Amino acid sequence: MLSFVARRVAAGVVLLFVISLLSYLLLSIPDLDVGRQLLGSNAPQATVDAKNAELGLDRPVFVQYADWLAHAVRGDFGTSWFTGENVVQALSTRLPVTVSLMLGVTGVTAVLSLLLGVWAGVRRGVADRVVQVLGVLGYALPGFLVTLIIVVVFAVKLRWFPAIGYTDIAESVPGWLSTITLPVASLSVAGVAGVSQQVRGAVIDVLRRDYVRTLRARGLPPSRVLFRHVLRNAAAPALTVLGMQFVGLLGGAVLVEQIFGLPGIGSMTVTYTTRGDIPVIMALVSVTVVGVIAVNLLVDVLIGWLDPKARTA
Amino acid sequence: MSDVENLLAVEDLHVSFPGRGRGRRAARTDVLNGVSLAVRPGETLGLVGGSGSGKTTLGRAILGLVPARSGTITFAGERIDGATPRRRRTLSRDLQVVFQDPYTSLNPSLTIGDTLSEPLLAQGLSRAEARGRVAGLLERVHLPSDSAARLPREFSGGQRQRVAIARALAIGPRLIVCDEPVSALDLTTQQTVLELLLEIQEGTGVSYLFVSHDLAVVRFVSHRVAVIHQGVIVETGDAAEVTERPQHVYTRSLLLAAPVADVAEQRARREAFERERAAG
Amino acid sequence: MSGDGGGRGNNGGKGGGGGNGVLRRVLRNPLGLVSAVVLALIVLAVLFAPLLSPQGPNVASLRDSFGGPTGGHPLGFDSAGRDMVARLLYGGRNTLGGALLALVVALVIGVPSGLLAGYRGGRFDAAASWVVNLVMALPAMVVLLASRAILGPTVWVLMVVLGVLISPSFFRLVRGVVAGVRGELYVDAARVAGLSDARIVARHVLIVVRAPIIIQTALVAGIAIGLQAGLEFLGVGSGSTPTWGAMLNEAFGNIQRAPTMIVWPGLALGLTSASLVLLASALRDALEDRGAPAARRKARRGGSGLVSSELASPELVSPGLVSSEPAPSESVLSESAPSEPAPSGPVSGEVGERAELLSVRGLRVAYDLADGTVKEVVHGVDIDVRAGEIVGLVGESGSGKTQTAFSVLGILPEGGRVAGGSVTVAGTEIVGLDERAHRALRGTVVAYVPQEPMSNLDPSFTIGTQLTEPMRYKLKISRAEARKRALDLLRQVEITDPERVFASYPHQISGGMAQRVLIAGAMSCDPDLLIADEPTTALDVLVQAEVLGLLRRLQRERGMGVLLVTHNLGVVADVCDRVAVMHDGRIVETGTAEQILHAPEEPYTRRLLGAVLDRAPARGAWKGETA
Repeated sequence: MLSFVARRVAAGVVLLFVISLLSYLLLSIPDLDVGRQLLGSNAPQATVDAKNAELGLDRPVFVQYADWLAHAVRGDFGTSWFTGENVVQALSTRLPVTVSLMLGVTGVTAVLSLLLGVWAGVRRGVADRVVQVLGVLGYALPGFLVTLIIVVVFAVKLRWFPAIGYTDIAESVPGWLSTITLPVASLSVAGVAGVSQQVRGAVIDVLRRDYVRTLRARGLPPSRVLFRHVLRNAAAPALTVLGMQFVGLLGGAVLVEQIFGLPGIGSMTVTYTTRGDIPVIMALVSVTVVGVIAVNLLVDVLIGWLDPKARTA
Repeated sequence: MSDVENLLAVEDLHVSFPGRGRGRRAARTDVLNGVSLAVRPGETLGLVGGSGSGKTTLGRAILGLVPARSGTITFAGERIDGATPRRRRTLSRDLQVVFQDPYTSLNPSLTIGDTLSEPLLAQGLSRAEARGRVAGLLERVHLPSDSAARLPREFSGGQRQRVAIARALAIGPRLIVCDEPVSALDLTTQQTVLELLLEIQEGTGVSYLFVSHDLAVVRFVSHRVAVIHQGVIVETGDAAEVTERPQHVYTRSLLLAAPVADVAEQRARREAFERERAAG
Repeated sequence: MSGDGGGRGNNGGKGGGGGNGVLRRVLRNPLGLVSAVVLALIVLAVLFAPLLSPQGPNVASLRDSFGGPTGGHPLGFDSAGRDMVARLLYGGRNTLGGALLALVVALVIGVPSGLLAGYRGGRFDAAASWVVNLVMALPAMVVLLASRAILGPTVWVLMVVLGVLISPSFFRLVRGVVAGVRGELYVDAARVAGLSDARIVARHVLIVVRAPIIIQTALVAGIAIGLQAGLEFLGVGSGSTPTWGAMLNEAFGNIQRAPTMIVWPGLALGLTSASLVLLASALRDALEDRGAPAARRKARRGGSGLVSSELASPELVSPGLVSSEPAPSESVLSESAPSEPAPSGPVSGEVGERAELLSVRGLRVAYDLADGTVKEVVHGVDIDVRAGEIVGLVGESGSGKTQTAFSVLGILPEGGRVAGGSVTVAGTEIVGLDERAHRALRGTVVAYVPQEPMSNLDPSFTIGTQLTEPMRYKLKISRAEARKRALDLLRQVEITDPERVFASYPHQISGGMAQRVLIAGAMSCDPDLLIADEPTTALDVLVQAEVLGLLRRLQRERGMGVLLVTHNLGVVADVCDRVAVMHDGRIVETGTAEQILHAPEEPYTRRLLGAVLDRAPARGAWKGETA
């Protein structure tokens, strides 16, 4: 198991390197003339050139990347070209917002999907139909449209929650709750819709296995068979989709943070990326890719731990 | 048995499969460890063995579906192990197969007619010619002629196996590898399919390599029987000889382990089996 | 590669025929019909935008900004005084067109590469899968926003990038399906038939991936539209181009001033996306409908006990009326000694006298089918098992023998139920017995040995856990006590290293060993009656002989009654005292093993025995070429 984790981490590092290199190269293709953008169209060419040299943009692109990489591995992501902000500092204030949002969504998704999926898979009939219809509906509407509907209904019309803004958890827990509830709810709709279908499918699949019939024939009560044997065997496919869902959340977070005005890395992405602020974009890409790799690794380790074949190998 | 006489000759064949994992940790599993056998024109060679003995792999190696690691496979005087894909495609004129599972060996979304004309078209016949031959093929395997337009799911296991046999016969092959062709079938169906195979052999002079785990079935259809155990042929001989007076200890235990539908005889077999087991 | 073109053309034609059937089924499904109609209307409206909307989407008059509906402008005006209908129709062109472009790019990249990777495997597969993992690790939104910085605000180019980003979903789908098809015997058969790889892909592989691709396309189209609109909502596109996303953005910005403005673009987007997803789900239903043969195949492999294989048997005309009336229990009279061979005779002879251990009278088993009809698969079966005897229940597939066995255990699969008759186990009537009371009998009074050893052990738990769990629950004994009993049981089923097997997981032991473990599990709570469903069919001949010997020994030692379901008459001769022959849901003949095997009376039994090859002469030696 340890060697498996080590191998996966190594593969993740390679992946991170390749993606960062590709991103840097692609971002450097267009001649954005950052100096000109910063100093305005009236600035003399010499000043613009000096600015570009100051930012290191007069060097060959591979040298620029090597320089970036050398700093990045030491945790130094430089400063934003346009605001002069320290990138690591900017990220460190924004990352907790996004992470708490995503953890909240994953938690809600996991719990609700498990309940709905098991309920539908075991009861079938009406319960099943309900969960399936919910699933299709949750899937059918684009995530940001769901978010808009939620905002319009609960914030604009009913005024139960603030439509915009964010209160830090350290400041006030009820305040944090009231600002995070709608974003979490918005992002959870699609997650619950998708994952509960998978849980349902996995439960039905395991219930049809021969060993479940044999366990019943041994005289064990259905609840025991369900909670001990069926859930254990249905866990791996459910974890897989949950992991995929988490990765998919990153995109949704961008929109949701934008709509709710949450100061997370999603809204940061929108502001900085469109301008071509390479230090910020590279930091964002690195953070998200690390997140994706870490989640995938975690899921794989959990599944491996659940599967005796992998564990005893 | 001289070489010229043999339609198929396998010499010292080794087949192994890559193990799980990558690189050095992947120990290869040896499935066949130097198998030699021969089939003469118009002959049925029965190949008997337990699960994991390598009997199915041997059939697949002859058909080119798994690569040989070493050794030779000679068909009608020509080396065919490691034949090019192009040669393999022309070889299918002479070398055909009937698989065990009649439920997965026919494409569920193709009609019987399409399945049967497939090998004909592959050999360059026109569509009309192929269609014409399909009716004849169905008749050969005693299926109604309107079967051509129907899908496999409308047929029972035994009927599907007849379709599979018809497909194998389509181009008039000289050797058919029958891989457990009746083990998925019911007793009564099994008998009629076996009789069909014999009838076809008498009519066409085709050779069979008949792979099975069932001694009773093998001795019924085979002129000669080869017994395979752990990737090695342990005994070969005429069907009556091998199945009534087995020489090798493995063949003997195989024979004693197979229950017969006769109470007294089975009691004797059971006692002999328990004796052998206690002894060794 | 010759003579190829004609075949493919023809093939395509027939494929279309199959597709039409699916289309009809989709349209018969109300949700499918509605979503198809809605989608068609939206697409038509958007295509004919210039005809439907006299005014261009960018014609603005500030005078009309936020204006309500008027004669020529049924939905009113937006913040810049542009006609909402025109914006919606032209916006749909851009939104749907953009999504379409992304979809085409994703299909063009994902499908061929998936086909190649799935069919060929090897290096290309490894390389392609690595690239796909890379693309999937990319944060799509970040990439899209960054692409905008690089490529400028042209939405069309962004849609190409989006297509690349979503292509892995097609790649993975196609690769998975193709790799599955690749292992099918019919593909091997096609190779042996001399087909080239290209033809095998065209004939056998494409036909299988076609349906999943269509479903996935509808789903991905919905996602692409959502993403496209999302990007536009973020203001990625150029300001003047009308799109639904940009309209939503504008409306959301003015939500306080004109709260209804958000409804129309939201509705357009929601309807389109929902229709696509609903259509995909209707398509899936329609195609799964057709997937019946696959299910049947699985059923056959899983053993003769599953619904579909039993239902595949030809239907019988008249339902069985043999003694559906339960006979009164006469426990005092039927104390027959188990030592002497039980008296037997034709079916009717047993009706009055019921065995104490297991007595089945007039058992009927029926299945409620999906279309609301009921199909009876067992039509009035009588069978008795006394303590200390092994009764063989013999029949071919579809005869209902496994259904009969499952009824006694109360473990009929979904949809199946006992439709009539009486079953008494150790004096307890179990037809109509409530589940809890029936469960109390299982394990301690009646136990089960299944057919497939491997699939009947839970892969996630050790053998030890699986053996001790029912004992601890049923016998209320301590963990240590259960462990001791389990090890003892493993020794009794002739396992040489019980400690090791106790600690092993199912995948670490052989099939023969697993069957011994299952027998030990059945014995664990000292049952009086054992129901063994083809217990040796999946085993090697040598292992079969050992396991049958073991069953016989245990049965004698414990004085158990055994109902042994089998299709093998050799097994009957080996271990059975009495035999019931079953055919098409009925018992056709009952008697001692000697009677049935040596002096059968019914034509069906004779036919069955006639097909046994044991006594057929061996084929003579080869006498040279015959043709």
